[in-house]
Amino acid sequence: MATTTVAPTRRRRRLPFSPWHLLLMPLSLIFVLPLVQMVLTSFMTSADINRFPPRIIPTKLSLAGYEALFAESQILRWLLNTVVVATISIVGHLVLCSLAGYGFARLRFPGRTLGFFAMVATVMVPIQLLMIPTFLMFSRLGIANTLATAFVPWLASAFGIFLMRQFFLSLPRELEEAARLDGCNAFGAFRRIVLPLAKPALATLAVFTLLGSWNDLVWPLIAISDERWYTLQVGLTTFQGTRRTQFELLMAGNVVATMPLLIGFVLAQRWFVASMTFTGLNR
Amino acid sequence: MVQSTLEAPRTRPEGVRSGRQRRWRRSAGRAATGWAFAGPGTLLVVGLSIFPAVWAFLISRTRWNGIAPARDLGWDNYRGMVEDPELWESVRHTLLLTALFVPSSIVLGLIVAIALSQPIALIRFYRTCIFVPFVASAAATGILAGYVFNPQFGSANELLRRLGLPAQQFLEDPKQVLIVICLIALWGQIGFVAVIYLAALQDIPKDLVEAATVDGASRWQVFWHVTVPALRPVTVFTGVWQTITVLQLFDLVFTTTRGGPLNASQTVVYYVYELAFHTQRYGYGSAVAYGLFAFTMLLTVAMILYSRRAKVEAF
Repeated sequence: MATTTVAPTRRRRRLPFSPWHLLLMPLSLIFVLPLVQMVLTSFMTSADINRFPPRIIPTKLSLAGYEALFAESQILRWLLNTVVVATISIVGHLVLCSLAGYGFARLRFPGRTLGFFAMVATVMVPIQLLMIPTFLMFSRLGIANTLATAFVPWLASAFGIFLMRQFFLSLPRELEEAARLDGCNAFGAFRRIVLPLAKPALATLAVFTLLGSWNDLVWPLIAISDERWYTLQVGLTTFQGTRRTQFELLMAGNVVATMPLLIGFVLAQRWFVASMTFTGLNR
Repeated sequence: MVQSTLEAPRTRPEGVRSGRQRRWRRSAGRAATGWAFAGPGTLLVVGLSIFPAVWAFLISRTRWNGIAPARDLGWDNYRGMVEDPELWESVRHTLLLTALFVPSSIVLGLIVAIALSQPIALIRFYRTCIFVPFVASAAATGILAGYVFNPQFGSANELLRRLGLPAQQFLEDPKQVLIVICLIALWGQIGFVAVIYLAALQDIPKDLVEAATVDGASRWQVFWHVTVPALRPVTVFTGVWQTITVLQLFDLVFTTTRGGPLNASQTVVYYVYELAFHTQRYGYGSAVAYGLFAFTMLLTVAMILYSRRAKVEAF
């Protein structure tokens, strides 16, 4: 296996071959190969896909899947919709959750405890309970079938507020108190002193909101029926009905929908995992 | 899961004694500032869940298709759940999926985390690989799985063929479909569980492990008597989290099988979706959703209570 040759070449680190490679190497392949196959299949011709025995590597590169995808669906429009939803969701989360988290962590005001517990309690309400009334509510408000239905549920979350509150509680109070003594009001202290210190927490929040809102299926699925306002995820599921066996097109759609996040993840991997760890610790 | 971290440091700045009016003005000002910060986010979160949840309860006591006026049924929808074979079938699927998914995700996640915490070559590459599927959406994962597990063209059967094993129907076989969905869910979730365990492993005090080793404990004994107990809080958290996740698993079912074949992968959440958005039975759908909510709550509370008791015994 590849591991036996790779480990000794890293001589300068003087790492002996470890039996853990025998577990990690096949495991990594199981996790990554389906994604590699997704990319490779998106460049295949349908003749290649239907070949028996099935091939992993295309005999020749073909853009037929992408051509069909761009010609026969509004994928670019869906991509744009998704970017808009994710951007608004992230901005909403960063502003609303950091403000609310700071309020609950640092300010004393009547109703604080009640408000906080009402907010935390919402975590227990499952989404399937909310599907029907939220759909009805959006219809009555006249925003069903618009992008708003996809981003309004993502403007703030109990998870985000809780995350930010935990972070603000961990900051030393003295900094803000000094600022307050110097004549800053609560908002001034928050904006000038606290927010600059909160960058790691804000980054984590942004990562989670990006993942959640980009990949969300349920809200846009139940509330958007007009094809122009589909997000990528909803658009992808519509291919399943009519193009169930057009695998080059399905995989091309998958590539468009997942690659932005995958590339972002691989480039910013260390930072990404640090964010995950950050929340793990905070729970 | 969150209770332990809820208490805020309470240092009440002792105000100067002043007249009633000034005190009132100050407290009104504090309320205004406080709610200016906390209000918008809280209102949105609470408004988008408590309000619809109450409405769902009102709907669940009616027969309503969204168009004709709702007819009040009292508790009939809830009574009807008892005699609904399709519901019990989906409950059975959901429980089976939970029993498959939760223990395996925890055990595998822990094993992967321990493997990924070893100081060996390529470790960063391994971490990337194992974590990457978590980034893929349920829709993309479902479509990809439909290809990989396709009985005719898929690479899963090709692999079985090379190993000399008989081809399988996977997602098209009512007997296998839940197991395959569980495998797909594990593929996406293991990285997440592993990252949480990785962080927890780093928090285990090194001298604890050293002390045990000095006392002559083998590696396995250290793992079983030091590492596993130290990880118990994280395990409880992850167990509760994964249980809630799998009880509410919807998007993966939707994107792989839409409940099929022959309803063999219809989970409770998917049944709610079908009731509400395909057959427009809003009232009954809401009642079933409340049933699942109650069950999830009971199970979560039971797990937390059990873990508390277990911890009391441990100390």
